Amino acid sequence: MKRLAILLAFVLPLNGLLADSSMPAAEYANTQLQDPAKEKAAKALMESIRCLVCQGQSIADSDADMAGDMRALIRQRIGAGEKPEAVRSWLVERYGNWVTYDPPMRGVGSILWIAPLGFLLLGLFLARGRFRLRRKG
Amino acid sequence: MRRASLWLPFAIFVIFFGVVTYGLIKPSDHVITSKMIGKPLPQFALQPAHDGQAGLTNGAFSGGQPRLLNIFASWCIPCIAEAPVLMQLKSMGVEIDAIAIRDKPEDVARFLERNGNPYTRIGSDTVGKVQISLGSSGVPETFVIDGKGIIRHQHIGDIRADDIPEIMQALEAAK
Amino acid sequence: MIAEAGLGLLWIAAALAIMQLGLGWVAVARGRDEQISGVRAIAVAQGILVTLSFLALILLFLRSDMSVALVAANSHSAKPWLYKFAGTWGNHEGSMLLWVTILGAAGSAVALFERSLKASTLIATLAAQAALSIGFYAFLLFSSNPFTRLVPAPADGQGLNPLLQDPGLAFHPPTLYFGYVGMSVAFSFAVGALVTRDVDPAFARAMRPWVLGAWIFLTLGITAGSYWAYYELGWGGWWFWDPVENASLMPWLATTALLHSVTVLATRDGLRAWTVMLAVVAFSMSMVGTFLVRSGILTSVHSFAVDPTRGSFLLALLAIYIGGAMTLFALRIGTVREGSQFDLVSREGALVVNNLLLSAILGIVFVGTLYPLGVEAVTGEKLSVGPPYFNATAGPITLFLVLVMIAGPLMRWRRDRLAVVVQRLAIPILAIAVALLVLVLVSPDIGILPFMGLLLAGGVALGSLAPLWGRNLRRTPLFTWGMVVAHFGVAVSLAGMASETGFIKEVLIASNVGESHRVGPYDVKFAGLDPVAGPNWTALEATLEARRGNGEPLILKPQSRMFSNPPTETNEAAIRTVLDGQLYLVLGKQEPSGRWQLRMWWKPFVTLIWLGGGMIAFGGFLALVGRFRRDRLSGRGRAIA
Repeated sequence: MKRLAILLAFVLPLNGLLADSSMPAAEYANTQLQDPAKEKAAKALMESIRCLVCQGQSIADSDADMAGDMRALIRQRIGAGEKPEAVRSWLVERYGNWVTYDPPMRGVGSILWIAPLGFLLLGLFLARGRFRLRRKG
Repeated sequence: MRRASLWLPFAIFVIFFGVVTYGLIKPSDHVITSKMIGKPLPQFALQPAHDGQAGLTNGAFSGGQPRLLNIFASWCIPCIAEAPVLMQLKSMGVEIDAIAIRDKPEDVARFLERNGNPYTRIGSDTVGKVQISLGSSGVPETFVIDGKGIIRHQHIGDIRADDIPEIMQALEAAK
Repeated sequence: MIAEAGLGLLWIAAALAIMQLGLGWVAVARGRDEQISGVRAIAVAQGILVTLSFLALILLFLRSDMSVALVAANSHSAKPWLYKFAGTWGNHEGSMLLWVTILGAAGSAVALFERSLKASTLIATLAAQAALSIGFYAFLLFSSNPFTRLVPAPADGQGLNPLLQDPGLAFHPPTLYFGYVGMSVAFSFAVGALVTRDVDPAFARAMRPWVLGAWIFLTLGITAGSYWAYYELGWGGWWFWDPVENASLMPWLATTALLHSVTVLATRDGLRAWTVMLAVVAFSMSMVGTFLVRSGILTSVHSFAVDPTRGSFLLALLAIYIGGAMTLFALRIGTVREGSQFDLVSREGALVVNNLLLSAILGIVFVGTLYPLGVEAVTGEKLSVGPPYFNATAGPITLFLVLVMIAGPLMRWRRDRLAVVVQRLAIPILAIAVALLVLVLVSPDIGILPFMGLLLAGGVALGSLAPLWGRNLRRTPLFTWGMVVAHFGVAVSLAGMASETGFIKEVLIASNVGESHRVGPYDVKFAGLDPVAGPNWTALEATLEARRGNGEPLILKPQSRMFSNPPTETNEAAIRTVLDGQLYLVLGKQEPSGRWQLRMWWKPFVTLIWLGGGMIAFGGFLALVGRFRRDRLSGRGRAIA
């Protein structure tokens, strides 16, 4: 069933409440930056920003108008030379940590980022009795 | 030590159980509130969205009196439901400015003609740029801005008749 | 009548499950092993009855009996028979009936075919399986009855969203379910063994084919699901780290770990407690996954109708089974000795590292999936965890795991010498060196994860074949072939992922008809645009000619479809597979300038991802057949691998 959820998220991106705008999409919503390096940076950022309308997708994979607006905004800012992390913080300042798929390493996300190390250490602790050091002869 | 670690899987399950129980009983809301509340309006200067009415800049909100900033669109269905309530607020003396999202002037004109025009100024945000800079996640939304241009309150979704006290209270608090 | 018969069968099956549990309980408590034949007979009868009940529901769907509420809500008489058939499990009630059917059928299969396990452990296992069934029978009968009648019967059904009528969607859920519920047998074996304190190599050998079988289905289910999202969603992604995807990945990770630890237990009588724990965890993850998807607490509003009653019912079942098994584990496992110790440099040493890393990845996926909910419960703050987190944490551990995978199969059981292992590793190391050289020459900047992925894929490809060297291929056991094929599949899949991530070419452009654009090695010409109509949609269809060098052009026709009811726009991607990759073209909207948006991707070797997935599953199949063959030849599988 897992794909059903994704498909429905795709088919009903507007929550049934909103209609589509008839306006054309913003510049750079669906076209790329000229500079490949900047486009690559923008693309990576867009893949880690969550769409506000269709909440299960990144704005890079969404057909919603607002996702298009956000793509345009990100491409324009990166195109103007801004650092991706600065654009991310700008969005987080407005929408909170919810908007980024890359949770913060400090504060509320700290346990999350420590967890992998914790699992490895716990695993080593549990496995410690299973090994014997090699004995001679 | 060995004994205690045997209960670890059970303990993890208990934590899981607690978390998902919370997920089941909390009212499921998918509303993302703006984190700009308490902060000054970002700078913007929008072209008029409607002939004969002024466009909108953030400077319009430093006049000393609190005002509403309504985010709407002619293509948005709940905005139609909201329109009469906004007219009622206006008749109660509330000043309302608006930003029309991804809209054409002719569509805005038709919308206002059909549903009434409670707005003092209407700015046109054709690419959602100001909307994003406000931390707004959809239409309609309404912000209460105090006399110094600080965002004081956000109402997500259409304002219904029974939301009027909430809005009036927020305006009062912003004085 | 069919509906009433189906419901009656379900009730009788539920009653039999209660008998199975009761009789089994008494037999184990009083040490009466001779009761085994009675418990066996009940288990078989229960499996048959619940299967008949499921067949009754299929029959109702095939006959489009609209007097049954479930059929009326999910089917339509004009639907093709395949989708009527698949509609049986394309809804909550039907899929839960499929779930208990597999539970019951798996229980009968254990009762019929399992001969090597000690009688008392087998009785306890069948009782545990019955206990699982009872909960889900209760769920069906008290809160999700699939056979409810609708009075008056409507003239016709409400149908199924036409977009959901897709062969991939029809068979993807049951495949995953076979994997999910297949793990129930391993769970029951573990609970049975905990009850009788009888964890030994014979137990591991009895459990192994079940784990393998479930694992094959899980692998196929995930692979098929990934490809389905890839072609259906129209953005070219094949894995999103979406909660619903993670829900299917977690059981797979646990089962993969179990598959390796059970081999250690069967061969060297080690990792007893750990294997029992993994068997419990693997099925627990299946139930957790089902709960997360069915309750809708993690996916967004768009996924499933959230029904708090159903969610609470499922959560209660989770608490009983998982909480119960974990408690039993804590109370009983202390009396099970952990078994022999190992040398670090040995096959079993490598398998322990494999388990450690797989479990760490499982932990990461589990925590990452539930963390947002936990944070919201504690602080009220909303947080998202997505690809950047999972790639940064699970990615490196996976690569390390793959590194161990190169070395593990080349090590001997019990004890090996590091110098000798390194000698055996010479060729894979050489392969990695060559891959490194080629990569540095071909492409200096593709990102660290794809880079390491390609390197290790080269190493694993050769490393996985190494166990065959110097052997008579005809006399190599089939399960060794299975391991080789599955490990080689991992290399293939990894190469596909790394190549797609590292070398993808993306072109998003607004184009007039007649213009040409460069997409990877292709020149794609926008040759034409025509309206076409389907049964319930109209569409604009672009004709795109993709030419590579001077060869014949490929003609691709992506569509932008408008469905009338409900009004929905979708993009039908046009995908063409060639030897070294896929061309993936999507037609978007028209711009005011009159130009059309095109989304075009060249994805080198992307199909290897799913080809590898298929090979992994096929390797599992070979191993399964190999185990059966050998068990038959050597009488009850007493031989030690």
